[in-house]
Amino acid sequence: MAETARLQVSDEVAISITNMNKWYGAFHVLRDIDLTVYRGERIVICGPSGSGKSTLIRCINALEEHQKGRIIVDGTELSSDLKNIDKIRSEVGMCFQHFNLFPHLTILENCTLAPIWVRKIPQKEAQETAMHFLEKVKIPDQADKYPGQLSGGQQQRVAIARSLCMRPRVMLFDEPTSALDPEMIKEVLDTMIELAEEGMTMLCVTHEMGFARQVANRVIFMDAGQIVEQNEPEEFFNNPQSERTQLFLSQILGH
Amino acid sequence: MTTITDPPTEQFRLSMLVNDTRYRSATFQAIAVILLVASIAYLGSNLAKNLREAGLNISFNFLSTPAGYDINQTLISYNNQDSNLRAAFVGILNTLLVSFLACITATILGVFAGVLRLSQNWIVRKLMAVYVEIFRNIPLLIWILVIYGIMTVSMPGPRAFRGDDATSSMILDAVAFTNRGVYIPAPVWGPGSMVVAAVFVLSVFGMFAYRRYATKLLYDTGRLLPMLWPSVAIFFVPSVLAFFIMGSPIGLEYPALKGFNFQGGLKIGAPLIALWFALSVYTGAFIAENVRAGIQAVSKGQTEAAGALGLRPGRIMNLVVLPQALRVIIPPLISQYLNITKNSSLAILVGYADITATLGGITMNQTGRAIECVLLLMLFYLVISLCISLVMNIYNNATKLQER
Amino acid sequence: MSENNNKPAVAFVRDTPIPASAPPSNAAGPIRWVQDNLFSSWGNAFLTIVSLYVVYVVLSSVLPWMLGGVWNTSSLAECRDVLNGRSAACFSVLSERWNQLMFGFIYPSEFYWRPTLAFFLMLIAAAPVLFFDLPRKMLIFTGLFPFIAFWLIWGGTILSPLLALVGCLLGYMAYSKLVTRTFAAGFFGGIAVATLVWWIGGLLIPENASENAMLPAVASRDLGGFMLNMMLGVTCVSLSVPLGIALALGRQSDLPVVKGICVIFIEFIRGVPLITLLFVASVMLAYLFPPDATVDLFLRVVIMITMFSAAYIAEVIRGGLAALPKGQKEAADSLGLDYAQAIRLIILPQALKISIPGIVNVAVGLFKDTTLVSVISMFDVVGMIRGPLLASTEWNGVYWELFLFAAILFFIVCYSISQYSQWLERRLATDHR
Repeated sequence: MAETARLQVSDEVAISITNMNKWYGAFHVLRDIDLTVYRGERIVICGPSGSGKSTLIRCINALEEHQKGRIIVDGTELSSDLKNIDKIRSEVGMCFQHFNLFPHLTILENCTLAPIWVRKIPQKEAQETAMHFLEKVKIPDQADKYPGQLSGGQQQRVAIARSLCMRPRVMLFDEPTSALDPEMIKEVLDTMIELAEEGMTMLCVTHEMGFARQVANRVIFMDAGQIVEQNEPEEFFNNPQSERTQLFLSQILGH
Repeated sequence: MTTITDPPTEQFRLSMLVNDTRYRSATFQAIAVILLVASIAYLGSNLAKNLREAGLNISFNFLSTPAGYDINQTLISYNNQDSNLRAAFVGILNTLLVSFLACITATILGVFAGVLRLSQNWIVRKLMAVYVEIFRNIPLLIWILVIYGIMTVSMPGPRAFRGDDATSSMILDAVAFTNRGVYIPAPVWGPGSMVVAAVFVLSVFGMFAYRRYATKLLYDTGRLLPMLWPSVAIFFVPSVLAFFIMGSPIGLEYPALKGFNFQGGLKIGAPLIALWFALSVYTGAFIAENVRAGIQAVSKGQTEAAGALGLRPGRIMNLVVLPQALRVIIPPLISQYLNITKNSSLAILVGYADITATLGGITMNQTGRAIECVLLLMLFYLVISLCISLVMNIYNNATKLQER
Repeated sequence: MSENNNKPAVAFVRDTPIPASAPPSNAAGPIRWVQDNLFSSWGNAFLTIVSLYVVYVVLSSVLPWMLGGVWNTSSLAECRDVLNGRSAACFSVLSERWNQLMFGFIYPSEFYWRPTLAFFLMLIAAAPVLFFDLPRKMLIFTGLFPFIAFWLIWGGTILSPLLALVGCLLGYMAYSKLVTRTFAAGFFGGIAVATLVWWIGGLLIPENASENAMLPAVASRDLGGFMLNMMLGVTCVSLSVPLGIALALGRQSDLPVVKGICVIFIEFIRGVPLITLLFVASVMLAYLFPPDATVDLFLRVVIMITMFSAAYIAEVIRGGLAALPKGQKEAADSLGLDYAQAIRLIILPQALKISIPGIVNVAVGLFKDTTLVSVISMFDVVGMIRGPLLASTEWNGVYWELFLFAAILFFIVCYSISQYSQWLERRLATDHR
């Protein structure tokens, strides 16, 4: 724990979100979001359901379109230009709550698909990279199986490996453990911790507060589409400032 | 923090037509429209050129000229001096008639077979499976021809009913199956029959009113009135009473053999019967599958849950299973009705004068107005199917499950 | 009583497992089965007896008729003589007119082996499409089959199918070269190359190439019988799958104009009976081609039936597309795949797999509907029966045998296809998808 906290955060900006707003029809989902993520940061975003936290990170790789404000990822402006969108998507990895592995492809094919078709890497090289990352998430022996044959935890680790094969500079996690059985959560979190220790910039929507304490250098609390509070984890958990944060923490930590 | 809240607007470049999400969809749609217009223009110019070369033109005047052919089964008065339009209208009514009849019998048959396919009785189950598989896997066209064959080849001619050594006889002296069609008694509406009919309609309403009242009473006071016997009584008793009080105004005219043919009664031509029956058994097989799937779609848990609440089997069926099963059954049922209507166009094979046989058959051949006839024909079927899908949409919207 | 017995024993550990034992004799066995399935109640027993009676009546009237059938006479009169008043089938019409029922009455009899061979090759070509476990290399033959079949059935110069094949191959090569860049480049590049090859090749093939060809040419109008049903069914279904995919994607698209065009097309086709579309093929379609082009009836019918089944297949595939979780497209997006890549690599393979049973059902329906071409005076198997056979002097009056034969023919094909579809559905349900 102490070791991860010492991880260096550079002052190079990875993601800069300025005054970002989003509406679903008339419903104002995200309000005036300002967020600067520096390279090497591990940010945990939490908040009640419907608070817009998933929408926020989905806006970062344009799965959702924002209507107002700017999002700049790695110096590339997220505009209506498809080229920029494609560039950002290939730089930003994402893991979903329901893994979203491609069930008709083997694990290995899942991992090599995007490098081959998007990065135009030769198949052999892509396979070597894929095996490297599969070893990293500790399931190289499952490479020829299909996603349906794996447990949930294994699937989520494959999903992480699949994203890593694109050599992303930022990783987004959208509630990666909330669809998992309790005994599988740990194996996924361990993989994520390992990733953090290697200095990956991570934005993680999760309710795993233990993970937040251990890995995050910043915790953001969102409610009703706004960033309500952000702080270092120790301070955030021990001494929350806003009333809503206190209420939220008492509810999820209370039992 | 910067004060700029929106990204700087770029200078418009041509490549943005494809690469920019704001213009991309407009570009593609414009291409689609251009392609569509170009191909329509190409086909249209070909059509114009071909028609000019053949010395033809497009004109719908032929609709008002005398048709010049007879139609043996009509619902409205018609003779061969009437216009083609009226002949087409006769055809439309005939299409609607056979479709309507076939929809009813196919539904009865299908529900019957579908429920029996789930019977506990092994042999019944298997028989129904054989029925469904045989009819689903053999073309309707063959069925129509086979049943038409039974009607015309195997049935006795009217002559067989004649004389002392008649080889065939009428069933109950009322119904005669001949190779020209089936003769059944026709109802004769005497004076006062309207009263009986009105009483009958009223008693149908009365039956539903009674059932509503009984349900309301159960909900309000917890008292449950008997449902079945009073309903049956309300359905029959007033009409029967009215019938006798008015002095039996509705009679039957029986067909009778006069000379070489049957006179009187109602003649249902062999083509109509072949088509009606074939459409019914063929579509019935499909409906049976829909019904079976619908009942099976209601999970066993629903029955068990209702049973656990203490409901009796009959009530479980009425209150829990049927409402859910109907939701699954009715949409495919409606599209089967659409199929029946479309398939009734096969009437042309057996000479039943539906719209395809009149407008698309004889009128087209006699006037040579092929393009006009085919277009009108398609228009008619399109209107029918649009009406049916409208009904379907209304039903679907009305019964949509409220889900998060 | 000792004190021990008063206390309820809470703690319990099983140390010897209870072995499974056979059920009591009244819970299993054939008698029990009959009781449960045939005579479980009075109503059920009644149903059983009625059903058995129905089966008896049907079989006792049909079986003697069929089993006593005559197979080797040359006309109905002769057959009646042989039967000598007995009521039985004259199946000799089938053995005597077998070739006509299969191939139509004009197809040159010395070439019957050609469509027969094509039929058996088709079975081989279809196998890898229907059974995923077969080696994928067999798909190469499936790709070659259309050209071989065309050459076998129509005959004529081998140059035209060869040219078509070369065009397709070069087009495909251009496509796979360019598709890694963008799909549009690959697609249009491939089409351009293929068209170019066909155009140049078309100029090179001499006018009289079909004379003295290895396989003499047979005209389309000479095709007939069950062969015609098979050809229409197979051709139209295979052509309509790609068209159906395009229509389904168009209908799912978020471009209103494209979506509108697809919806109108699909709903129009589904709203009219096939027979009216066949009328279009027989009397109207010729007017829409350039005046100097002669498009024969077979091709016009293929065009219309293909459009017809494409609309239905599009609806099936749309269901398959809708059944895919939204996350698949999102995952593809988040990896940076573009629209064409996501559709081609992620969405379609899965949607098609789900749709196969539905597509097979459409195919069965379509195959049955190919009998409708007899209405526009093409001589498919039903057309043969209604026309030349029933009208012939030898066999005028043989009715049931012929229709029974046609019915059995269709039943065998359609039933086996639908059994296949059910097998596939079961397999897909348990598949490691």
